[in-house]
Formats: sequence, structure tokens, C-alpha cells
Amino acid sequence: MLDVFTNLADWLAYQLLGLDAATRLGTSVHFFIEDTTKILFLLVVMIYVIALARASMNLERVRAYIQQKHRLVGYFFGSGFGAITPFCSCSSIPLFLGFTSAGIPLGITMAFLFTSPIINEVAVIMLWSLLGWEFTLAYIVIGMAVGMIGGMILDAVKGERWLKDFAAKAYQKAAAKAQDDENKVEAPEVPKLTMKGRHEFAKDELKEIVGRIWKWVLIGVGLGAALHGFVPDGWFAENLGSGQWWSVPAAVLAGLPLYSNATGVIPVMESLIMKGLPVGTTLAFCMSTVAASFPEFIMLKQVMTFRLLALIFAILLANFMVVGWVINAVSPWLFSGF
Amino acid sequence: MKHFEVLGTGCKKCVSTAESIERIAQELGHTVSVEKVTDPARIMEYQVMSTPAVALDGKVLHSGSIPEDDEIADWINSDSVR
Repeated sequence: MLDVFTNLADWLAYQLLGLDAATRLGTSVHFFIEDTTKILFLLVVMIYVIALARASMNLERVRAYIQQKHRLVGYFFGSGFGAITPFCSCSSIPLFLGFTSAGIPLGITMAFLFTSPIINEVAVIMLWSLLGWEFTLAYIVIGMAVGMIGGMILDAVKGERWLKDFAAKAYQKAAAKAQDDENKVEAPEVPKLTMKGRHEFAKDELKEIVGRIWKWVLIGVGLGAALHGFVPDGWFAENLGSGQWWSVPAAVLAGLPLYSNATGVIPVMESLIMKGLPVGTTLAFCMSTVAASFPEFIMLKQVMTFRLLALIFAILLANFMVVGWVINAVSPWLFSGF
Repeated sequence: MKHFEVLGTGCKKCVSTAESIERIAQELGHTVSVEKVTDPARIMEYQVMSTPAVALDGKVLHSGSIPEDDEIADWINSDSVR
């Protein structure tokens, strides 16, 4: 079915614009047209469909659900809900405090916040269409593992000691009361939604999300297209690809100052992998770009001391490096297609 | 006079929410006060998890998005003036 977009790109790039498929410019333009049309089409359809399904979900219900879970299961659900719950990064502070003041451990809250930028429906749709389902599945597993392990480490070192005072007090108060059932936050009533209500919600979501990300798609695919056309095949393999151990930390550091969301990074990822950059190195680079962003950290400063922030930052970077090394080591067996 | 509080840590949507309330109040010929609450501790007291949120005289009316104009007009016109 997706051949339509290849054909469209063939026609636009080679016939209408008269570009030569053998030139760098020709392949770049072709790549750009094919990927932007395909991605935008899939996004519009899938965001709408997914929004229809989750119209009745909200953060209050997610919180009540996580709170009822055993701590160990909590990491899994924290991270899982981080992946599927839509929320704007400007809400991360109220969300953080909402969870904390309900007595949810810091590590579980952070598992939610770590995973949230890495996995969302937009990222999954794009990965699936560009790199196939095996890769998408591996990405989801890795993204959730980064969140869960990050959260567990934070709790293991009792990170909540270094919350800002007011947040720490709210947490202790809630945690002390956790024995009585009184403190359990009630799951709010599920709002009864008619099909029309769901459609309205999905329409708004679609407008909101596409309005926010279309630029990122263009920038991301533009960069991907440039890489695709102008970097010779096997360039990375020759220069970085033999898996020198330091290429992974180098990729993580290179991703740090870049601030993008998953939408912008995935087309670049596709090109990097096609050009022979090892999969683990590519993933480390992308996660560092997406999940460790300074604007986010500056926001969290309102509820955390510098010490805790630095700790979280270090845990994230260490996780990305481990992901890179492990995936590089196992990828010959996992992704034989790449 | 009604006292609206717009809760949010300072994102663009919070600013436009506050502006909408002021604009609509003016159109309807009411005087209201609008305060932007950015202090996380105060937002936490309201138990709000998605911002922007709107509180009128200490009660949360809306959270998670920029409210519709009609909705804002209803709040301004309602009788619950202290």
C-alpha cells in the first residue's frame, strides 16, 4: 500500500522536476518527497484513530491506577503510561507534583517522565513505516527499559532526599498516610463519551499534534535526505562502524546539545542506519537528543535540588551508553536486515 | 469582582488562556481580575496535573487545555460572585 508514496516521489522528482536518479540531488529530493508524504499521511490517519481510542483517558485516572500497584510493577506501569499518555512537556511540573503528592515514589514518576519523550504514538508510527516492526519493537523495549532502570536506580539511592523542600514534605505526608486507604486518590468517574464527543476530541488532538510536529517532520526528513544523498554508502562503516567502544559515548555527547523530539530524529536515524552507522550507536545518539534536553531539566529545577538533577542527568547518560554498547554487541544477531 | 487564576508554569498556552479571559471579560463589559499562578507549590495545592488550568475564586473549573471562548463567557456571566 505504501508503494503509492514511492511512485509519487518517482513521478514528482524524476518526471516533473526532471532530476536524475543517479545524482546526489536526485536521490535526496526523492527521499524527501517519499518520506514527508508517507509520514504525514500516516500521522494524520493514525493520530486520529489512536485519539478516538484514548479519548476517555486522563492523568488523574493514570495516577490512581499506578498508585494501586505494587512498587515493582509500578515502574513498568509508570514507564508504560509515560509512553502512551499524551502530555505537553510544559505540564511536567504539575504532573510531577501531582504524582509526588499522591505518594507515588520518585523513581516511578521519573520512569514516566523518562519514557514519555522517547516513546509516543508518533514515534512508533514513523519507526514502523521507516524501519519495520522488529526495529520498532526493539525501540519500545529499550525506551521502557531506560525509563524503568533509571527510576529504580533513583529509588535505590533514595533520590527523594534531594527534592525541593515543599515537594519532599508533600511526598512524606502522602507516604506516611499510605497505610490507610483514605489516602488513595479516587479514580475519577469515566466520562461517558458519545461517538461525537470522541470525534471532537480526536479532531482537536489531530490539529494540536500535527500543528506542533509538522516542522519537525520536515526538518528531520530534510536532514535525513541530505545524509541519504550526500554521505557515501558505507562512510560511517568505514570511519566509525567497526564498533570502537568510544563511538557510543561520543554519539551520546554529540546528541546532548541537539534538542529535538522523536519526530525530528527518526528520519535522521533511518539515514544513519542505512549509511552503516551501528544500530546501538545510532540509538544512543537519538535517545540523547530526545530525552536529555536542557529546557526540560531547567524546568525540573523548580522541584529538585541541583544535586538530584545532576544525578538524574548522569543516570540517563549512563543508560544511553549501556544501550549503545549492548545493542552494538547483539545487533548482528538481532537486526540481520540492517 | 471575580478573581480568576490561570495555573501553569509559564508556557505559551497559559499566557493565551489568561489573555482570552481578559479579552472576553472586556467584550462582555465585566471587570475581572486575572492572575497567572506559576508557583509550583500553589499549583500543587489545587491538585491540578494538566496545565493550563483555570480557577475561579479558589475553585478549579478547567484543566489541560486552553478553554473555549463560550466556556469562558459562561464563567464570567455566572452568578457565583462573592
